[in-house]
Amino acid sequence: MAFRLELREQTPVWFNIVLPLTAVLSTLLLCSGLVALAGANVLHAYSELFLSAVSSRFNLVETFVKASPLIFTGLAVAVAFRAKFWNIGAEGQLLSGAMAAAYIGGIESLPSFSLVPLMIAASALAGAGWALLPAILRTRFKVDDVVTTLLLNFVMFYVMTALLDGPWKDPLSGYPDSPDIRMDAEFPILLRATRLHLGVLISLLAAPMIWWLIRRTTLGFSISAVGENPSASAYGGIPITRVLIYTALISGGLAGLAGAGEVGGLHFQVMAGISPGYGYTGIVIAMLARLNPIGVVPAALFFAVVVTGAEAMSRATGVPVFLADVIQGTALATMLIAQLFTTYRIRTLTTQD
Amino acid sequence: MSDPGSLLSMQGICKRFGAVQANNQVDLNLCEGDILGLLGENGAGKTTLMNILFGTYQADEGKIAIKGRQTTIHSTADALELGIGMVHQHFHLVHRHTVLENLMVGEPGRMGRLDFSGARKRLMEIGLQFGLKLDPDARVSELTIGEQQRLEIIKALFRDAKILILDEPTAVLTPKEAEGLFDALRALAAGGMGIIFISHKLNEVMAVTNRVIVMRSGSVSALVDVPKEVTKSDLARLMCGHELNPPKKTSSQLGDTLLKLSAIRTGSSTHQELKGINLSVQGGEILGIAGVSGNGQKELADVIAGVFSPTEGSIEVKGKMVPRTSPRVMQELKIGRIPEDRMTTGLVTSLPLYVSMVLPWIRHPFFSRFGVLRRNEIQSFTSEMIKRFAIQATGPEVRTGTLSGGNLQKALLARELAFEPEVLLASQPTRGLDVAAAEFIHRQFLSMREKGAAIVLISEDLEELFALSDRIVVMYEGRIAGERKIDGVSVEEIGLLMAGVTV
Repeated sequence: MAFRLELREQTPVWFNIVLPLTAVLSTLLLCSGLVALAGANVLHAYSELFLSAVSSRFNLVETFVKASPLIFTGLAVAVAFRAKFWNIGAEGQLLSGAMAAAYIGGIESLPSFSLVPLMIAASALAGAGWALLPAILRTRFKVDDVVTTLLLNFVMFYVMTALLDGPWKDPLSGYPDSPDIRMDAEFPILLRATRLHLGVLISLLAAPMIWWLIRRTTLGFSISAVGENPSASAYGGIPITRVLIYTALISGGLAGLAGAGEVGGLHFQVMAGISPGYGYTGIVIAMLARLNPIGVVPAALFFAVVVTGAEAMSRATGVPVFLADVIQGTALATMLIAQLFTTYRIRTLTTQD
Repeated sequence: MSDPGSLLSMQGICKRFGAVQANNQVDLNLCEGDILGLLGENGAGKTTLMNILFGTYQADEGKIAIKGRQTTIHSTADALELGIGMVHQHFHLVHRHTVLENLMVGEPGRMGRLDFSGARKRLMEIGLQFGLKLDPDARVSELTIGEQQRLEIIKALFRDAKILILDEPTAVLTPKEAEGLFDALRALAAGGMGIIFISHKLNEVMAVTNRVIVMRSGSVSALVDVPKEVTKSDLARLMCGHELNPPKKTSSQLGDTLLKLSAIRTGSSTHQELKGINLSVQGGEILGIAGVSGNGQKELADVIAGVFSPTEGSIEVKGKMVPRTSPRVMQELKIGRIPEDRMTTGLVTSLPLYVSMVLPWIRHPFFSRFGVLRRNEIQSFTSEMIKRFAIQATGPEVRTGTLSGGNLQKALLARELAFEPEVLLASQPTRGLDVAAAEFIHRQFLSMREKGAAIVLISEDLEELFALSDRIVVMYEGRIAGERKIDGVSVEEIGLLMAGVTV
């Protein structure tokens, strides 16, 4: 018996659901070994991991709150990767969005009602601006975007640290935390006695909007065409540079919005740990979603469940919380393998003699 | 089956792709010294059969025996091991490396060392024995297409191939290069190799092969032992199932000058610099552009299509200067283009067919309004084009890259003709296509010409140029070496101009 991969004529629609599910299930299967090694009952640990996240209204809402920045960064990466603009910089764009939101939210002279919309707009602009730089470097000077977007993350991180250690340092506590934003700048809470803030709603709305943009607009059409074959697109009269710049702006803007949500909806300030790598996790989420904007939502929720559930699991069974990271990494690997089956089918070869 | 001279026997080969029976009970035998022609239309199953032999695909049914011994070929590596070499239409060479270095790719080496001097010696021997000469230290990027093909053949010989498969080898060659190839093939066959020559060009098959297998819709439709005893039209009938019917050119009314280039220069940043090109084409006229590949035809096409802006000179469309060209500007001026390389510059092979079909027109109000796609129109347009141009595709959603070459070219043509260009720029429009597909495309060109459009036809196929053109311009080293009316000019004269001889 031997196997061979053959190209598919088209990808069946149900693959969009079955493949990620298979990837997730195989991930859990693979990770169960580690759980067992930690001395826990696998089923017990997994049920803690997944059920705790949905066990109460509060936990369920918390899962959505955790997922929100991941949805934004996942969308940011999905849009960029479709154009083969390799934006590894959602992290830096998120930070610049967060700082813009915190800055606007702290301006005393602005009228109260304008604060939230201005914060949202400013964070999107700041994220877009930070993505524009590598886009220009790539389109004008052919500088590798993987390198620039990645390195600019560190630049933005240290810009933020410098601010937090300098002008934004909290004079009372002396901690490297920015001053709190104004009360009026805090995002409205949509569900009483929870942390379900406006940013969560925006992220959930952003997914179908981005899906629509990709599938139903000429810009989205051009983004896919440029990503899949830039020279045919150029010959076809599609302005490649412009499309890449727009892609970068949209991608950066989405990542910037993640920052607004974290500042306006959760922390009300910027501090060094405002993003535990949401930008990087966004890459994994986008891949898990097969760059499908709608798929980003369940993928981000899955990660949020794993992250929140890991603590409950750790408390109940003693399995270290780091299992969450292992699950995330393994999920990326299994998804990349599953991805293969969208373009190829497996044929079994029977040896004749 | 164990004839002493038998190299290969394939029996009852069947292969199915979804609903398509690509090969149905195909038998093929090859002996030492054979040059076997494998003739058939696009989609007749020639390439599938050869891919099975070369290990790219696995047959669903059937047996393969090499030198009388049953084998199963699971992979290309197996095929190479069994002494099967294949020269594809698209070469697999490392462009930055030299000829010698390319020959060493995949060589096991001894203790991690590659035997370069031995290889150099062998290359010399092959050159002497078969007339396959190449400079061992030339970089592949400096070689002509013909030389690159020679390198591919030598690569197969280096791996001790006894069976050599050539897939449409002359599609990329000038007539003279093709002659050289034929001589080499005859020498190789005389040396005991078996050669399978895939083609749909009847003249060549008759000139170089000693046996022919004709395939039609997946099955062998005829075995012809001595091609000299059959006529070209016999073969054509066996291949297509009907008589050849080359389109006839009728007289047409010349209209206004639609496109005029004056003193176009591109500067030295292009591969072949254009050094002052003047040409014009009128409505109702087909202007043929002849020349050996790489003499500026591609650059000229890029300038006309607006992909590349000339550094000097002017372009006039319908008597009006075009101050700044771009692909979109030229499209809006109704200049259509069939690019030379349909896979890389024409279509988006990894996306559904409808994307490729509307790629240049996506901003047209028919396909989008206010930046929003009109999906129904896009789909029905694609379906209509599939029907009107008889493109073999299951529907608009099919992945573009799964179509065959002829169907891809039809799709490109359909897309360019859809909005009735006044000037059509066609680069190598029938390269690699079979007779029926080429005839189809030629017929479309002639009917456009009758309707008063102008066509700039860039081709390396002189037969095609002579059949269609009203006027022929020959390019040589970025200049126009000569211009002739089609009436009264001979192939020899054009050939001399192509070689840079002033006549």
